[in-house]
Amino acid sequence: MTRRRSLDPIFYVLLIAAAIVYLLPIYMLLITSFKSFAEVDLKTMWNLPSNGLHIDNFREAYKHLAPSLKNSLVMVIPEALLSSLLGSVNGYILAKWKFPGSNWIFTVILFGMFIPYQSILLPLVKFMQFIHLYGGIPGLVLVHIIYGIPITTLIFRNYYAGISTEILEAGKIDGAGLIGLYRYILLPLSAPSFAVVIIWQFTQAWNEFLFAVILTNQSSWPVTVALNNLAGSQLVAWNVQMAASLLAALPTLLVYIFLGRFFLRGLMAGALKG
Amino acid sequence: MTMLRKFEQLTTRLPLVILAMLLGSAAMYLASTGQAVLAGHDLTSAGLIGGALLLYGGVIMLVSSLGSELALSVALILPSIVAVLIFVYAFIAWSVRVSLSNWKGLLPDYTWNGLNNYIELFSDRRFQIDIRNTFVFTSLFLIASLVIGLTLAILLDQRLRGESIFRGIFLFPMAVSFIVTGVIWGWLMNPATGSRITGINLIFKSLGLDFLISLWHSSPPPWGMAFTVIPAVWQLSGFTMALYLGGLRSISDDLREAARVDGASEFQIYRYIIMPMLSPVTLSAVIILGHMSLKIFDLIVALGHQDLRLDVPGIYMWRTSFDANNFGQGAAIGILMLLSVAILVVPYLIYSMKSEAEV
Repeated sequence: MTRRRSLDPIFYVLLIAAAIVYLLPIYMLLITSFKSFAEVDLKTMWNLPSNGLHIDNFREAYKHLAPSLKNSLVMVIPEALLSSLLGSVNGYILAKWKFPGSNWIFTVILFGMFIPYQSILLPLVKFMQFIHLYGGIPGLVLVHIIYGIPITTLIFRNYYAGISTEILEAGKIDGAGLIGLYRYILLPLSAPSFAVVIIWQFTQAWNEFLFAVILTNQSSWPVTVALNNLAGSQLVAWNVQMAASLLAALPTLLVYIFLGRFFLRGLMAGALKG
Repeated sequence: MTMLRKFEQLTTRLPLVILAMLLGSAAMYLASTGQAVLAGHDLTSAGLIGGALLLYGGVIMLVSSLGSELALSVALILPSIVAVLIFVYAFIAWSVRVSLSNWKGLLPDYTWNGLNNYIELFSDRRFQIDIRNTFVFTSLFLIASLVIGLTLAILLDQRLRGESIFRGIFLFPMAVSFIVTGVIWGWLMNPATGSRITGINLIFKSLGLDFLISLWHSSPPPWGMAFTVIPAVWQLSGFTMALYLGGLRSISDDLREAARVDGASEFQIYRYIIMPMLSPVTLSAVIILGHMSLKIFDLIVALGHQDLRLDVPGIYMWRTSFDANNFGQGAAIGILMLLSVAILVVPYLIYSMKSEAEV
């Protein structure tokens, strides 16, 4: 690189300023959620907690959110696992067993990723009532799996398209069929995209609000709905609200911190050609 | 020889296939006719889903012993296709039908109402506010995300030390839900003034930047809506940054080197060589961010707390359908939202498919 480095200090100043702005909300979230009620004052909002860290906010927040955190967890785990299996099979067929019209079918499936769910919400509610899956977690799992088909198929299809067809040809010569090739050759190579899809679907379903608020009742509220109601009520102190926000965000934040590169790949896949 | 083996396989499996398909159909039939209550438990959904799985298992066994790999590949992807056809396309058609009906109230009413729901919407004051708000939000959000994302990407493209830390900081808001973002920013953008001043306004005040103190999203329309863009940009500009950074990194260093040899300044290299090469990235970003902002919903729910000045079509649809039972109007709003997204996305999807087919 022959680029002059004289501008580097300016770049650093700009980047650090931007980083401070991006971290400001998280700083506020952290300090507030550890403050005692007495310390929660508009004037000292930005000051660090001055008389120790108060974890009882989290105890209080957990008391409010515990059932919904459990609901979210019970929903998200089967959802992410089943979604990834389905996406993997779809991606395999669409990448390696192209049949007449398969590109069209792929595009028709992909469109489902972009629709505003308000445009299918009423039929969805009626349908879920009809199959007796309205108002509970199993229904929400099914809905997230189905509306996850486009993105999971996309991620797996792009991944499998990058795996050379020669390996498969070799497998065919050894007598493996469509299922054998998948089971013994592609599946063992699929761990990275399973990670991407599971993490993506986990994050999406955990953070989702519209289906959650429409398709569940109070006993099966996921955490986004419970948090929104908690924040909307004037009865819950501000420090507890912040502790609750932190609790609700923690699982996906931890996933991001420890498995960020898989998360990023899912993100990029959503941009189709990015 | 293989034909014979296939035939034997088929005949030994056939009873199993028939059993599975029969059981599956029976389970689905019983469940859907409402005779599926056992010991007080509602088994309808379990019967339907279990039955469908059994039926499908039978189909797969049958197809796989026929030996046609084309048929098997179609059979394997069929459930997903059927699910998408029902849950996306049939439901859209159903919504269109409801939007043309007079359905107001809990009981379905498909009385033909023509385009009246749509016509009423466009003369509805609330929906006019929604359209204006969506327009304000989408345009400002796109401009801000693209400019900030590109700026951050160019800064990070300088191969400075600590690049991955900065990248991580700009991207982490993506992992948080819109609800959490809305709750946090609702406190940061507190509009209180005077002795109750707090949040970002308090920072401005203590820095002596009093002129920046603002009412934020409580400002009079349409400015209030403009401020709701700030949390959205905080959450999603990292995504634009990552897209642009990927684009920048795919431009070879040789190209830049050649331009430097020809005497181009760094600014000229970006302006005349790199920027034009990034236009496909900009297109992707506009499609992804644009469709997200046209259907923005949860962020405004958490931030606005039913403030009608911050209303958007997604919220109006929710309220009018599920609080007021005005399903005809709700469906019409949903379909209009879909049209706005489709205008943006469909050409792009078809273009993507065509350009891929050529490769």
